[in-house]
Amino acid sequence: MKRLGEMLMRPEAFSEIVMGNTALARAMIEAGARVIASYPGSPTPEIAEAIGSIPLEKRPFYFEFSTNEKVAAEVAYGAAVNGRLATVFFKSVGLNVALDTVVQLPLMNIIGGLVLILGDDPGANSSQNEQDNRRLIQMAYAPVLEPASPAEPYVFYKEAARLAREKRTVVILRLTTHVCHQKERVAFDALPIHEVDDRPRFDPANGPYIPITARVFPLKRQALARLADFREYAETSPLNRLLPGTDSSRGIIAWGLPYLSLLDVLEDAPQKPDILKLGMVVPFPRRLVADFLTHHAQVKILEELDDVLETEIKALAFDLSLHTRIIGKTGLEDWMGEYTPDKVREVLARSWPDLVPARPPAGTPEPEELRPIPARPAQMCPGCGHRSAFYAIKKALAGSDITVADIGCHSLGFLPPYEMGQLLMCMGASTGMAAGLSLFNQTRRVVAFLGDSTFFHAGLPGVINAVFNRHPITLIVMENGTTAMTGHQDHAGSGRNFNQETEKIPIRRVLEALGVQSIFETDTYDQAKLIDLVRQATALDHFSVVIARHPCMLKFTREQRRKAGHQPRQVAIDPEKCQRIHECVQVFGCPSFQIQEDGRVVVNTDLCIGDGSCRPTCPAGAIDPPKVVAEAKGEGGR
Amino acid sequence: MKAFNIHLTGVGGQGIGLLSEALLRASDHAGHRVKGVDTHGLAQRGGVVTSRIRLGEGVHSPLIGRRRADLVVSLERHEAGRSAREALKDGGTLAYYDTSWQPMEVRIGGAEPFSSQDLQAEADLRGIQVVRVFKPGLVDARQQNMVLLAHIVKRELVPGVGREHVRQALDDLMAGRMLQENLALVEAEWA
Ligand SMILES: Cc1ncc(C[n+]2csc(CCOP(=O)(O)OP(=O)(O)O)c2C)c(N)n1
Repeated sequence: MKRLGEMLMRPEAFSEIVMGNTALARAMIEAGARVIASYPGSPTPEIAEAIGSIPLEKRPFYFEFSTNEKVAAEVAYGAAVNGRLATVFFKSVGLNVALDTVVQLPLMNIIGGLVLILGDDPGANSSQNEQDNRRLIQMAYAPVLEPASPAEPYVFYKEAARLAREKRTVVILRLTTHVCHQKERVAFDALPIHEVDDRPRFDPANGPYIPITARVFPLKRQALARLADFREYAETSPLNRLLPGTDSSRGIIAWGLPYLSLLDVLEDAPQKPDILKLGMVVPFPRRLVADFLTHHAQVKILEELDDVLETEIKALAFDLSLHTRIIGKTGLEDWMGEYTPDKVREVLARSWPDLVPARPPAGTPEPEELRPIPARPAQMCPGCGHRSAFYAIKKALAGSDITVADIGCHSLGFLPPYEMGQLLMCMGASTGMAAGLSLFNQTRRVVAFLGDSTFFHAGLPGVINAVFNRHPITLIVMENGTTAMTGHQDHAGSGRNFNQETEKIPIRRVLEALGVQSIFETDTYDQAKLIDLVRQATALDHFSVVIARHPCMLKFTREQRRKAGHQPRQVAIDPEKCQRIHECVQVFGCPSFQIQEDGRVVVNTDLCIGDGSCRPTCPAGAIDPPKVVAEAKGEGGR
Repeated sequence: MKAFNIHLTGVGGQGIGLLSEALLRASDHAGHRVKGVDTHGLAQRGGVVTSRIRLGEGVHSPLIGRRRADLVVSLERHEAGRSAREALKDGGTLAYYDTSWQPMEVRIGGAEPFSSQDLQAEADLRGIQVVRVFKPGLVDARQQNMVLLAHIVKRELVPGVGREHVRQALDDLMAGRMLQENLALVEAEWA
C-alpha cells in the first residue's frame, strides 16, 4: 500500500498520481513552511487531510485548524513576522471573514514570508455563492498566482513562497474547486535539507507594524511599490507562457482551469489561435499582454466569473492606443458558472463561430415524453441528530413561526419534509437575522439554528447581541461535536484539536457566562423531551437557548466500523403492526425507509445504521428495535 | 490511444471515490496517461456524486462534455439513468450496480421511481450497451463498488485495462485484511 504520509516526506524525487491539494502539501514541505493555519471549507480540506497523514512527530511544520479564517490568517501572520515561512488556506467565502486582517497584510513587512491559499468555487459546488475573490484582493494590493493543472499548485506554491520570502510580503495562490481536486501524475523534486532556525526574530524595527492615521501612508506607499515590483517580475516570470498556434490573426488569453478547457475545445478546431497562458494574473504582465495584443487583430479574454482582467486589459489598450479588437464577456451567462469545456465551447462560439465547428451531436435528442428522473439533493444521513431535532421542533412550532437557518449540515433541513430554516445567509448569521425578524413582531415566534463549529466561528457575536440587546428569540444550537459538513474537523467544543487532546469548551458554560438566563438541553433522540423544551423556550419573553445534542452519526458509524468485533445493527418493520401510515418515510424522512409499489415500507439494508432514532416516530409502534445483522443479509435497496 | 472518457456516479456514501481511484490507478498501471477528478464537499451528504476519468492523448481538462462519455459507471439505478441521459454518448456503455436508493421525492410520494426496465428501454433507443450487475447476499453494501469494478474489467470495458492492473491498483490503495477481502471479492467475480 502506498501511504500518503510516507510519500509526502520521501527524501528523494518521485512521481505519483495525486490531486492538486495533495501536491500542495508536498510543496509546503519542500519550501520549508513552518507554520500553517486554516479553517475547513470546500475545496480546501484535503490539504489538511494530506498534512494529517504525516504523523505529528514527523510533520516538519506546525498546523492548526483555527476557530475561523480570520484567526487563521492572524496566526499565520504572527508566525511570519517572527521569521517563519507561513501559510494560511481557506475557502472562497472565508476571505470575507478574514478580510479585515487580509487587507492589512500587504502593508506589512512580513519577514518570514506568507502564502495565502484561496479555494474559490466557480459553479458554487459547495458554497453559498461563487464570488470572485480577485475583486477583494485588488483592494489589498497583493499579487495573485493562478495554477491550472494539478502539477501547477505544486510549482506555483514553491514560487509563491520564494517570492513572499524574498519580498517579505504575502503572495496569494488562487485555486478553484477542480484545480484542487483534479488528479494526475505529478513529478516531485527531492526534499531539500532545510536548516531550521527557530530563534524568534520579531523586531519592531522591521516594521512599522502599527498602521495608525498618518503612519498608514508610508505603509501604503510601500505596498504599492511592491506591487509595481511584482508587475516587473510578471513580465519575465516563467509562470506566464506563450503557446503559438496556427492562426496568427487571433489570440486567446487564458489561465486556470478555463485554460485546460480551452485546450480540450481546440483539440478539434481546424485552426488554433495563439494562446497567452497566464500564471500571474494580479498584477498581470502589461508589456507581455500589450505585445500579444499588438500582434493579433483580435484577442479573446477567456475569463471565468468576473471581468477583472478584461477591464484592465481594455484600459491598457486604450492607454496605448491599440486597435486590436478585444473580446471580453458578451452577455450575462459569461459571468456565471464554471468554465467547463462545454461552457468554453459556447463562449468561444458566440464570438468566433468559425473557430469551433459545431460538433456532431453525441446523443440523440431526448424524446419529449421522457419522464424526469427525480432529483437527488444532498440530505441528512441515516441517524443524523439534526433530523430528529427538526422532526421534534416542527411539532413544537406553529406553521406561521419563522425559522432561521445557519451554515452546516443542518442547513439541509430547509428541504421537504422538514422545511425548517426559511432563510440562510452565511456562517453565524442566524441569530442576528432572527433578532431583526423579531422586532415589531408580536405574533410569529422566531427560532434560529446554529451548528457548534459555527457557534465558535462567527456565532458568538450574534448570541452576545441577543443577550445584550434583549432579543426575545430562541436559538437552537445543533450540537454534534464536530464540523460535520466539511469532513469532521474538530472544533473548540470537540475535546481535540488537530494535534492533541484539549479541554472541551462547553457551549453551555459559555452561554452561562454570557448571562443567558434560559438554557435547555437534551439529546435529540429524546423526542418527547425536545418537543417539550422547545415549547417552553419559545413561550418565554426573553432570549433562550436550546442545546439539541447528538453526535454526528456518520462520524460515529465510521469509527465503530473500524473497531474489531464491530457488529452492525439494523431496524426492521414488523409487517403485522405496520399500518402504512408512512410517517417514517414521509415525515421523519430517514433515507433508509423505502416505499414499495404496494405501499409496504421496507428498510433499505444498504443504508440503515441501526441507530433506532426512527422508533419513537412510528404511531403504530411497528419499527422493531435494532438487531445485529445476520451474516449474509438482505437485498439492499430494491 | 485517443481520448477515452469515463463518467462515474453514485450516491454520497456508496464508495464511488474508491471505485474511481482504483480504476484511475489501474489505467495508469496499464500505461495510459490519466486524469481524474472526484466530487468532494456538500454533495457527499446523500446527494449525487460524480467522478470523471479521462485516458489517452489530447486530454487536458478532467471534465467531460455533455454526452461525451464512452463509459458510464454507476452504483445506483436512478443515477445510472440520470448519467446515461446527461453524460453518455449514443452507442456507449453503461455499467451499473442495480440497487435503488430512492430519492426523497419518491419516498414522500411526489415522483415515480425509475426501474431497471425504464433504464433498459431508454438504452435500447440510443444503442447503449447495458451491463447490469447485482450480487445477492453481499455482507456489506460498501462491497458493491468492488463487484462492479470486477465486472468492468472482466468485460474489458476500459481499453487495455486488465485484471493484473486492478490487482496492482488495489495494492496501491489498501493493505492487510481490507486488501485481502477486496481482492477476494474481485477474484470471485472473475472466477
Ligand atoms: C466563512 C465560511 N467558512 C467555511 C465554510 C464552510 N462550511 C460549510 S458548512 C461548515 C460546517 C459547519 O459546522 P457546524 O456548524 O458544526 O455544523 P455541522 O455541519 O456539524 O452540522 C463549514 C465550515 C463556510 N460556508 N463559510
